[in-house]
This record gives sequence, C-alpha cells and structure tokens, in this order.
Amino acid sequence: MSTVLDIIASAGLWGAVLRIATPLIFGTLGALLCERAGVLNLGIEGIMTFGAMSGWLAVYHGADLWTGLLVAALAGAAFGLLHAALTVTLGLSQHVSGLGVTLFASSLSYYLFRLIVPLAGSPPTIVPFAPVSLPGLAGLPFIGPVLSAQTPPTYLALLLALLLAYVMFRTPLGLAIRMTGENPHAAEAQGVNPMAVRYGAVIVGSALMAMGGAFLTLSAFNSFFPTMVQGRGWICIALVVFASWRPGRALFGALLFAFFDAFQLRLQTAVDGVPYQVFLMTPYILSIVALCVMARRARVPQALMQPYRRGER
Amino acid sequence: MTETVLEIDRVSKSFGDNKANDAISMTLGKGEIVALLGENGAGKTTLMSILFGHYMPDEGCIRVHGVDLPPGKPRAAIHAGIGMVHQHFSLAPNLTVLENVMTGTEKLWSFRSETGRARAKLKSLAERFGLAVDPDARLGDLSIGEQQRVEILKALYNDARILILDEPTAVLTNLEAETLFATLKEMARQGLSLIFISHKLDEVMATADRVVVLRGGKLVAERRSAETSRDELAELMVGHRVARPVREAHQRGEPVLEAAAVSVRVDGVDRLKEISFRLHAGEVLGIIGVSGNGQTVLARLLSGTLARSSGDILLYGEAIGDLSVADTVAAGIGRVPEDRTHEGAIGEMAVWENAVLERIDEPRFSRHGLVDRKAAVAFADTIIRDFDVRGGGPLTRTRLLSGGNMQKLILGRNLAERPRILIAAQPARGLDEGAVAAVHARILDARKAGTAVLLISEDLDEVIGLADRIQAIVGGRLSPPVSADEVDARALGLMMAGAWKKEAA
Repeated sequence: MSTVLDIIASAGLWGAVLRIATPLIFGTLGALLCERAGVLNLGIEGIMTFGAMSGWLAVYHGADLWTGLLVAALAGAAFGLLHAALTVTLGLSQHVSGLGVTLFASSLSYYLFRLIVPLAGSPPTIVPFAPVSLPGLAGLPFIGPVLSAQTPPTYLALLLALLLAYVMFRTPLGLAIRMTGENPHAAEAQGVNPMAVRYGAVIVGSALMAMGGAFLTLSAFNSFFPTMVQGRGWICIALVVFASWRPGRALFGALLFAFFDAFQLRLQTAVDGVPYQVFLMTPYILSIVALCVMARRARVPQALMQPYRRGER
Repeated sequence: MTETVLEIDRVSKSFGDNKANDAISMTLGKGEIVALLGENGAGKTTLMSILFGHYMPDEGCIRVHGVDLPPGKPRAAIHAGIGMVHQHFSLAPNLTVLENVMTGTEKLWSFRSETGRARAKLKSLAERFGLAVDPDARLGDLSIGEQQRVEILKALYNDARILILDEPTAVLTNLEAETLFATLKEMARQGLSLIFISHKLDEVMATADRVVVLRGGKLVAERRSAETSRDELAELMVGHRVARPVREAHQRGEPVLEAAAVSVRVDGVDRLKEISFRLHAGEVLGIIGVSGNGQTVLARLLSGTLARSSGDILLYGEAIGDLSVADTVAAGIGRVPEDRTHEGAIGEMAVWENAVLERIDEPRFSRHGLVDRKAAVAFADTIIRDFDVRGGGPLTRTRLLSGGNMQKLILGRNLAERPRILIAAQPARGLDEGAVAAVHARILDARKAGTAVLLISEDLDEVIGLADRIQAIVGGRLSPPVSADEVDARALGLMMAGAWKKEAA
C-alpha cells in the first residue's frame, strides 16, 4: 500500500502523466473538432503516424523542431483534405473512408521513410525538444519539478485545449461548427455553409492529429519507427466519446488515461509476482469502465456520420 | 386596401413532367393572414419553397415591397424580411434555444459571441408576441409546441416582417394549436404579414382573413374567409363534393376485448390508472382525450409493446397475461400506430416488404425458409388496389408515399385479412380531406364486417362520426362509456376535461 502512495506522491509520475497525455490531447482535440462538425475521422491513426514520420524527416534533413511540427501539421491537413473530399463532397461512408485514410497514411509513412532513410543497424536520431522550465513556476514545490520535465509542445497542447473550448462555446464560428454537426440543414437555412465548415474542421482537426504524432518523434523520442503510434489514435476516438464532445473534458480524459498508463508502468517494477502484461492491460480496462460510466450520458452530435446534400431532407 | 408587402407574380415550377406550380399569382397585405389551402400535392409547399429561395422558379418573379427578390437565395429572402417556419423544424435538439436562434446571425470570425445582447433581444421578442420560452433550455427538452415557438422566434430574430408557416398545426395538439393561432393573430395585429399552409378547414376559417385555394398546381379560387363556408372551401380544395362517410345503425356482437382495472407503470410513473373498457365485435369504441393523457400508452399496451403492472386483460372472454406483439398478430388484432412514419412502416423498405412484414413466417409467403417474393408482391398489389394506395407500386420505397397513402397502406395491411380487433390510434391525423374520408370509410366497413374497433383520437368530429360508444381519457384514467347518440361536442368537451369524476363522487 505504501508503495502505491509513494508512486502517487512522486513528481516523476506526474511529469510522466503530462508527457504521455500530450499526443492524446492533440489527437483528441483534432478528432473532437471533426466530430463536432459531423465528420468521424478514423484516419487519425494513420495521420498520427504520418505526422510522426514527416515531422521527424523534416528535422532529420536540417529543419528546426518547430518547422518540423509545422510540416507535420501541413501533412495532416493534406490527409484531412482527402478525407473531407471523400466524405463531404462525395458523401461516402465516413467509416470506410477513415479506415482507408489510416491504411493509406500508415503505409505511405513506412514507404517514404524506407525510401529516404536507408536501412541501418541502429535507427538514425535527431535532437528532440528539450524540457523548459517556466520562469516563476520552476521554484514551486512539487509543481516545479513536474512542469520542468515538460517540453514546449506539451504547453502548446494545454493551450490548444483551452483555445478550442473557447472557440467552440464562446464564438460565432464555434456555434456554426456545432450547428453543422447537429443539423446542417438548419445551419444552411441560417446562412452558414455546412460544406465549408466541415472541410475546415476536418482539415484543422487532422492537422492537430498529425501534431500529436509528431510529438512522439520530436519530443518523447528521437527517432521514427513504423509502429510507434501504437493505437493512440483509437484511444483518442474513444476519449472524444468519454469527453462527451467537450474540449475541457477531453483534456481531463487524456490526463486520466495517461495517469493509468504512467501508474501501471511504475507498478510493474514495484510489484513482484504479477506478469507485467496484466499491468499493461489496466489502462485499457479502466478506460472501458470509465467510458461505460461517462458515455451513457454523452450527447452525440445528431448529424455525426450523416453526409450533407443540399436540398435533401 | 392596405399596403401590399408581397407579390407573387405568375410563378411556375415543374419537376419533370409534373407541373407543381402553374402561373400562380397572389398578394399579401400588411397585417394580413392568408391561408394557403390545398390537398397534399397541390403545390403549396413548392410555392413557399420558391418564395423562401429553396427552389428556383421556372418562370415568374416575387416582389417584396415592390422590389424583385433574387430567386433561389435563402439568404436574400431572410434579408428581405421573409421568415419560414418549417413543418419539420430546422432546429438542433442538443443546442440551447438561444444557440439555435443565434446561429449564423453574427459575423463568423468575430472573437466573441454577443450572447448577452442576443438574450435580451430574444426575451423582448418573446414578451412582445407572447412566445414564452427559456433561452437557456436545451431544445430537445422542450415540447413540440415550445419547439415551434423557437422556430417562430428564430424568424422574428432575423427581423422577419413576412412569416410563412408550413402546416404549423400538423404536429401540435389541439390546445397548442389554439395558442399558436392566438399568437399569429397578435402578430398580424402588430403589423406582421403571415401566410400559413393548411388543409384543415376549421383552422383556416377561424384564423385567416383571406383564403387562397390551390389544386393540382393551379390557383383555383380566392375568398375572404368571412364570405365563404367550410363546405365551399372543401369542394374547391378537392374539386368535387366530399362527404365524410356516415355511420349506420348496426347490431354489435359479443365482447372480444376487455380491460378490468388495468394499470401501467412506465419509468416509475403510473401512466394508466385502473382503466376498464369492454370492446364488442362490430362496434367502434372511441377513446377521446387531449394527447398526452395516456393514449399512446394504451395503444402500446394493446399492441403488445408495453406490459401492465396490475389488472386483467380478457381476450375473447379469457384472461390473458401480457400480450406480446406475436400474440397480437396470432389473435387477429390489427394495429394502426399513432406515428405512422416511425412505428407504422419502415420508410427505407419497399411497399411489398411493409405489407407482409408481420406475416412473413406464414407458409404462403415463405418457401423453404426463403421469402416467396411473388406471393408477397401479389399481396401488396391487392392492398394497393383495394385500398386505393396511390403514388407507387409494390416495389416503391415506402418513404416516397404521402402520409395519406402510407396510412392507407397500413390500414390495408391490417384490414385485408379481416382482423377481429383493430386498434387505431389517431388514424386520420395530418391527412387531407379526401384521405380522411377514405380512412373513415375503411374503418366503418370493418365495423360492418364484424371487426371490433378501438379508435383512439383527439378529433371530436372523428369520434362522434365513427364511434358507437365513447370513453374519455384524462390523466391516465378512463371515463365510463357514453353512447355517441346521446352526447354532443359540448358534453364530450367536458368529459375530456375530466368532468365525469365529479359525477362519480
């Protein structure tokens, strides 16, 4: 029991929580933005992989880290454009299109990576983002060490969560996005162009997803390998439901999942006699439990996954 | 003559070979209420959709205050002060009232929504026209009547001076409809101009200053409502005289379905409280009441989709437990549900599939476990012929039928096999005059043939016209029966208000 308390009281754990949560925050915000406009984007897993690859590749070829992050965002936006063209303009099934984008973007990532970076014994590396300590906060007990362990993209993710919450609930644009996800016909009757809103949301949302992927290669780690996203995209899709499509709760959900994950990592080494795979499973099991509790009250955007065609009711 | 605010000038519109609007011209004056009367398919909705810019007219133009309105642009119509209240509301249930109203009213890229100012404007509009509604309520939590208020407020918020309402009472209860018309009259008094689409003669006569009648895409007549009559309008609308069928005296048979002190509890609330009735073969028993008093629960109980919590149900004299849907089919209970598009038929499936759905496991429609499509289509054909279902054949997707024809299909499916009992909930709701007469005639035919009909309705005329005996439903309780020949509308009105309780006490 005391080991558990020790783990929870350690600044190391909470530093890890923020680090693990960052790609999830980016991804969940991106998926949330798409879904609020009425488009399910299952391309997320592939888009994160492509973001991880393209961001890393840019930096490997001499770009600075922020440019790398921007390259990843633009690449993500391009896949968003593809998904939007398929689902919004052509009105194809969002599931099928999204899974197609994931398969395409993942495969393309491995292919381009292999094409550009020759096979080597040990994977090539870059110099990733270094932790920064914010002036004034670094000196605080407990909080100081936790924050000092973070890299700039983590702060960016936290800011983006606040920004998205503000845009969504305090601006006319956010209302237009929500109305498009609830009833695009009503949006159109009030002079909002639902097609344009959906394109915009999917493109920007996909850019956020790719930035989440790029965090893995530019911050959490220093090299790219094809399987590194490891289902984080799917976790994000679940987190959006957990969050009931609200950015603030999405942030909370990402942190909660990250806490489970960081906690089990430490339990693996602290507890003897239990196979480590059991601990590996726990965050997912707890996520399912949390989802069961939270998602029952969730209010799904009413027009989610419904293609919009003008003049058809 | 008051100032003309709107002019429709020889507007025509065709869909393929079908001329939906044929050179229609009409005007609307300031502070005037005009009713656009016509059967389903007469071209009313097309005309209003052109007015609001949803459709481009093939010919003709629309002038607002003498200025041509650019065709096919909803935005231009909004700017010109035209507001549309759709029959199927253009609202988002998950957003608040205020959010629904505000969407699209501000510059998209402003940094902040002026919710304070919007709330104040909404509140002052609501007060001015008596459209009370909580701006912060979630729309989906409101009743249908309140949602319609929001739809009207949305138009007013956009500074509409001309309001178009597409069959505004189709979804309302009688009480809600009365409130609505009081509001519309108040709006007209304050200088707004209104057009409302309807096929209900009573509300047209009571509310409109002027009536414009469309038939087959043409404007056939224009009357001041003070100078016309219900019968004249009905004839103009249908093109020939219509008479609702008359119930003939007829000997009723044995009791077939009885309820003895049955209660039903749904989600911890008693929705039916110790109701009793006895339904005989060859009679129509009318259950009248304002909707929301337990009718839906009663219909669902007798259709086998709800279980009772106490009391007994007797079928053909034998006490049975709870009915299942399969039991009702086996026992020859036909069902016409209240919500025909959701419960009555499956819109995405073909007419023949809907026709045989509940009989699909009978040997005549299946061979070696496969559907005998030929037999099923033939069955559907019989229904289409015998019940005069128009607008498609057995292979048509059911969604494409009009409400009246869908209802005839549902009735046909139930009556084709001479059921012993028919549970009909609001069978003629939302139908036009011709279809109402057809549905009523079918119900009376079934009665004559010995079917026991339980008619659940909130339409007084319908119940008086069809039922032999009448019971009122109020707050989940059922009044004792009265003979239809011994009551008038006034007495029934009192029963619907629960007046029998006092007599019993």
